This record gives sequence, structure tokens and C-alpha cells, in this order.
Amino acid sequence: MTTLTLGKALNRGLRNALAADDRVVLMGEDIGTLGGVFRITDGLQAEFGRERVVDSPLSEAGLIGTAVGLAYRGFRPVVEIQFDGFIYPGFDQIVAQVAKLHYRSRGAVKVPITIRVPFGGGIGAAEHHSESPEAYFAHTAGLRVVVCSNPADAHVMIQQAIASDDPVLFFEPKRRYHVKGEVDEAASLADAKPMGIATVVAPGDDVTLVTYGALVQTAKDAAVAAAEDGVSLEVIDLRSLAPVDYPTLEASLRRTGRLVIAHEAGQQGGVGAEIAASLTERCFDYLEHAPVRVTGHDIPYPPAKLEQHHLPDLDRILDGVDRVLGRANSLSGVEA
Amino acid sequence: MTLSDRDATGLLTRPESFVQLVDETGTRRHDAEFDPWVADVDAAALGRLYRDMVIVRRLDAEGVALQRQGELGLWPPLAGQEAAQIGSVRALRDDDFAFTSYRELAVAWARGVAAEGLVTTWRGTASSGWDPAAHRVAVPQIIIGAQALHATGYAMGLRWDHSDAAAIAYFGDGATSEGDVNEAFVFASSFEAPVVFFCQNNQWAISEPVGLQSKQELARRADGFAMPGIRVDGNDVLAVLAVTRMALERARRGDGPSLIEAVTYRMGPHTTADDPSRYRDDAELAAWRERDPIARLLALLEGLGVDVAGLERETAEAADRAAAELRAACLGLVDPPALSVFDHVYAEPNSHVARQREHYERYLALFGDEASDQNGAGR
Repeated sequence: MTTLTLGKALNRGLRNALAADDRVVLMGEDIGTLGGVFRITDGLQAEFGRERVVDSPLSEAGLIGTAVGLAYRGFRPVVEIQFDGFIYPGFDQIVAQVAKLHYRSRGAVKVPITIRVPFGGGIGAAEHHSESPEAYFAHTAGLRVVVCSNPADAHVMIQQAIASDDPVLFFEPKRRYHVKGEVDEAASLADAKPMGIATVVAPGDDVTLVTYGALVQTAKDAAVAAAEDGVSLEVIDLRSLAPVDYPTLEASLRRTGRLVIAHEAGQQGGVGAEIAASLTERCFDYLEHAPVRVTGHDIPYPPAKLEQHHLPDLDRILDGVDRVLGRANSLSGVEA
Repeated sequence: MTLSDRDATGLLTRPESFVQLVDETGTRRHDAEFDPWVADVDAAALGRLYRDMVIVRRLDAEGVALQRQGELGLWPPLAGQEAAQIGSVRALRDDDFAFTSYRELAVAWARGVAAEGLVTTWRGTASSGWDPAAHRVAVPQIIIGAQALHATGYAMGLRWDHSDAAAIAYFGDGATSEGDVNEAFVFASSFEAPVVFFCQNNQWAISEPVGLQSKQELARRADGFAMPGIRVDGNDVLAVLAVTRMALERARRGDGPSLIEAVTYRMGPHTTADDPSRYRDDAELAAWRERDPIARLLALLEGLGVDVAGLERETAEAADRAAAELRAACLGLVDPPALSVFDHVYAEPNSHVARQREHYERYLALFGDEASDQNGAGR
């Protein structure tokens, strides 16, 4: 075991992937000489060369589109999008090309492209640097969408994403890049838990609290606080948003009967909406209360000095927990 | 660095010029720079280019007829662009890779795609008609210009693989306004990717004239990306062959991308759903009919002493046979089984798609044998 930050764990995972398969190439803006604006690719160009770790022109459509061409050629491109809010110029190539090519070619062309996206807020950044665009991609057939929340998962999941023959949107919680954790660098990928499986990160009996990315730590903190209040939260780190690991969620919800889903992204058409609907369909007879979503507001990402009013935090999550428990909460007496 | 340093052939961007080796009357025009690229093309080779063009024109007419008869949902005619497509595709080596739009019937046909593969997309039985790796032709692209980036990425991979093969991207004049095409120019130039950008300027993007896309010759765009831009008579198959060979050789040598603007004309509608009489007049059409790519080649062959009557007869028979094969293949296509709608969404097993498939299978089972006959086994 080694103690690594989440960012360094990604770096080591990428290094392993580059070493394991010479068809893996990293592409992105500032990822080579600089090592990426978050230093996630630090040192990799020096070790693997300029044709394996490629500084690209500033064009997200160019990055994704050339990655498609490289996939035709049998490469396994790993594209870094510098910030969440910069992904949109590449949206057409992702949705119309990356997502559909395997289907359109009737399986003849594999598209093993990994698109890394530092995402989410809480870092006091300028506009377009704090967004959570994951629902767009979870909505798109043909893409897999995964989110890491801790160094150990980051290390394994990035390697699994790159090894996958399907295109993967790989979301990285940028405000947790510096969080440290134990990573077993020698562990075999073959024995690792598949990236499509969710993790129960804190067992509990009263309420199932589902989240992903940076909010996993917030949810764990909420579970500790709730326990002091006599409420037992089961916290589940989704890890995969497409597909969702419903068996793990169902098993929990059938015990607790109460569901809270939290994410930074807005509520309308979000991942939480889909999970609430699907779990209601699947577990209706077990529910003691309607599922509750604790999410960012449906607003453009606000200026830095207002972001604490946008992002779900420990108290807002606990307010949602109070709602599913029928306890006094912010909406008591109000038709929610 | 001066422009001439970039290219050992001494070729500069020459958008003001117009490479033409065979004029509208079938007269051979000599060009010191490009003649050497087609020095091997004798009367027999010209006869084969003629044959190619006649066959694809006949296949195209059959496609239009099949659509008019209700057998195809849509057809994007290539009529008028035979020389641009045949001249360029016949310049390729087997290991070169073509990334096309939806109108490059001649490219797919010349690369050996079977009749069935030419019609599946338009009959609606599948999104693609062939294995791209087998024919070195990508799945045809409907998103305008997107394939220019794919060709560029593929070419970057060729370079990293130390291959001397090349990629070619086919797109139209409308596509030159798309970001993807311009971004492809940037990437290809910066990475010296062995790719040929082959723009068929057929004058119209559905109803929009080329003047709406560009106020200057499209080939001049190349200059801003430090690559040669070559304007060629797209209705002159010999000239197209020459300039494409030159650009491919340049790519193989490691000198990077080129832009070819093949000036041609879409004689038919954008697709069978279009009505060009709403936006262009008969006089324009008549003027372009005078520049027909097939007629001028036949005139050249006649001047060379070839028995053109015999050639015409033999070629027409071959074209009719090809058209009959296309029709038979089209009518022989069967609708795919219902549950195959879920095939190949992902390369790996996917719990979400598997569940939807299972649910739909249960739903279909409500209808008994009639439905299950259509289900088939899927994948």
C-alpha cells in the first residue's frame, strides 16, 4: 500500500496503462510539457515520448474527432478535457460519433476512447470551470459514464476505463484531487471490482443515501453526523452513472425504504431524476417515503462567492434525510 | 521559411490556377507540373477510367430509380461528380483509407463494396453496408465535415506507426464552413499528418451556393494552414488523378496534408427529397452539361484512335449488369429481426441495454408467433 493523492493515483494509473499497452495514447491541451493544468499527466511525456503523450491544439472537437480516427487505426486514445465547461465544443463528436460508431458499424469498429473530465465546483473558480455535465452523457446511448471519488478507485478505474472496448466518460472530482488515501499499486486489475459496480461506503439501516464524485466524502460526513442524532445512513458511491448498478441500490433500498440522492448537477433531467424514477418502479412496495433529491439548483453555475448556496453540503443533505424520515425539515408544511 | 521550402516539388498554393489536362472538348492540355503524374496512363488505362465512370453513373441512376419506385427511403445522387470521385479513388493504394460523406458511391464501389452494401443504408436495413477494415473505407458520414477529423486522426496514427499509407477525407463545399473541417486542417498541419483533404466543390450545399460558404476559391483556405491548396477541374478525371497522386505522394513522403478543391457540379438534386428547381435554373444546368466528365473522356479516346463505339457498347452492357445486380441486391434485403435493434450499442455486455432488450422481448411475446417470427436470434 502507498499513500497517494487522488490526482497522483490517476497519474500512476495512466502510467500503468501506457506501459501495459503501446496503443494507448494520451491527448490533451497542456498535458505534455506542463503535465496538465492539474498535473495529472505529470512526467508521462518525459517517460513515454511526444507520440504517446500528445500536446494538442486548442480544439475539443479536434481532440475527440482525431481520437475517433485513431480508434479506426486501432489506437486506444485517452483524451483530457481541461475543465468540465470546456467539453461542449467536442459534444457533437462525442454524441454523434464516439457514442454511435460501434452501433453504426454493426460492431465492426470498436471505439475504446476514454475522455477524462475534471468536474464539479467548490474551488472558487471562474466561469465554466465548475460544471457537472455528466447527465448529458449518461443520457447518450453508447457511452459509459463513470466517476471516481477516492484515490484507490481512481487508480483502478482509470485503468479499467482505458482497457474497456467501449467509450468511457471518466469524471474526476477536481476538488478532491488533493485528498490522500491508500492505494495498492501492485494489485491485479483482473481481480479488481468492475467499474460498473457501486460501492457501499458506509453501511446503515434507516436511509439509503446515493451519490458520486466529490459528494461521497460529504455524504460520509453526513452519515457520521446523522449517527450522532440516532439515524443510520447507508451511503452508496454510485461510481458508474451509465449503466447504473441497480442491484446494489435495490438491495439497500429494500432494507431502508427511504432514498436520498445527492449531486452537484442541477435537478432537471439529472442523474438523480433517473435513479429516483427507476428505483420507484423497481422498489415501490418497499418505499416508506417518496425519494428525495438534493442537488444543485437549476441555474447556470453561479459566481464563486455564491457557490456555497448552489452546492449540496452536509446540512442540505441532512435536511433531505429529515424529509424522507418525515422529520421536521425546511419544507415542513409545504407541498414539496 | 518560405513557402517553397515546404515542398520538394516546388508546388505552391495555386488557387488562382485551375489544373486541367483534358478540356471540355476532349483535347489534351499539357501541364509541365502535372503531366508526369499521369505519364503511365495510356489509352487502355483511360478506357478503364471511362468504364468506371459509366458504371457508377448507371448505378447512381438505378439508385434514383429504386428510390422513386419506393424501394429505397432516400438516395443522394452523384451524377456529375464521377470524374472527381473516380479520379481520386483510383489514385489510392489498397492500404490507404478513405473517410467519405454520404455521396461517395463511386468510392465505395471502387473499393470493392458489394452491391448489397451500397444500398443497405438507404433501404434502412442497417446504418452501414460494409466492414471498414475490409475495404479501407469508413462508415459514411452524414454529419457534415465530421469525417475530416477522423481522417486526420487516422493519418496521425499512420505517422506514429511509421506507415507510408495515407488517409483521404472527402467532403463538399458546404463542409468547409464547419468547425470540424477547419480543426482538421489545424491538426493535420501541426502534426504533419499524411492526409489528403479532397473537397468536391459541386457548387451547391442543398440550396446554398458556394458563394455563401466562401468569398474566395476554397483552395485558398489551405494557405492559412500552411499546406498546398490545389484547384482542379473536377470533371477532368485525368487531372483529378494527377493532383490526387501528387498529394498522396506528398503525404507518404512525410510532407503532410494537402487540400484539393475539385470544381464540379451536382447535376441532380441534393437527395431524392430535394427539388433543385426552387433554387437554380436550367441555363446553369445546361452550361455544366457541356462540361460532362464522361463525354470529354470519350472524345479524348476517340482522338487517340480507340474504337469508342465498341467501348461504349461493352461498357453499357457492363453497367446494365451492375445496375441489375444493385436492384437484385436491394430487393433481396430482408428486414432485420426486431431484437437486433439492441445489438452493438456497446462492445461489452451492458446491464441497462440487456434489461431493455429483455423487457421488449417479453412485450413482443404478447403477440405470439407472428412477432417471434420476426424476432430471430439477434446477435
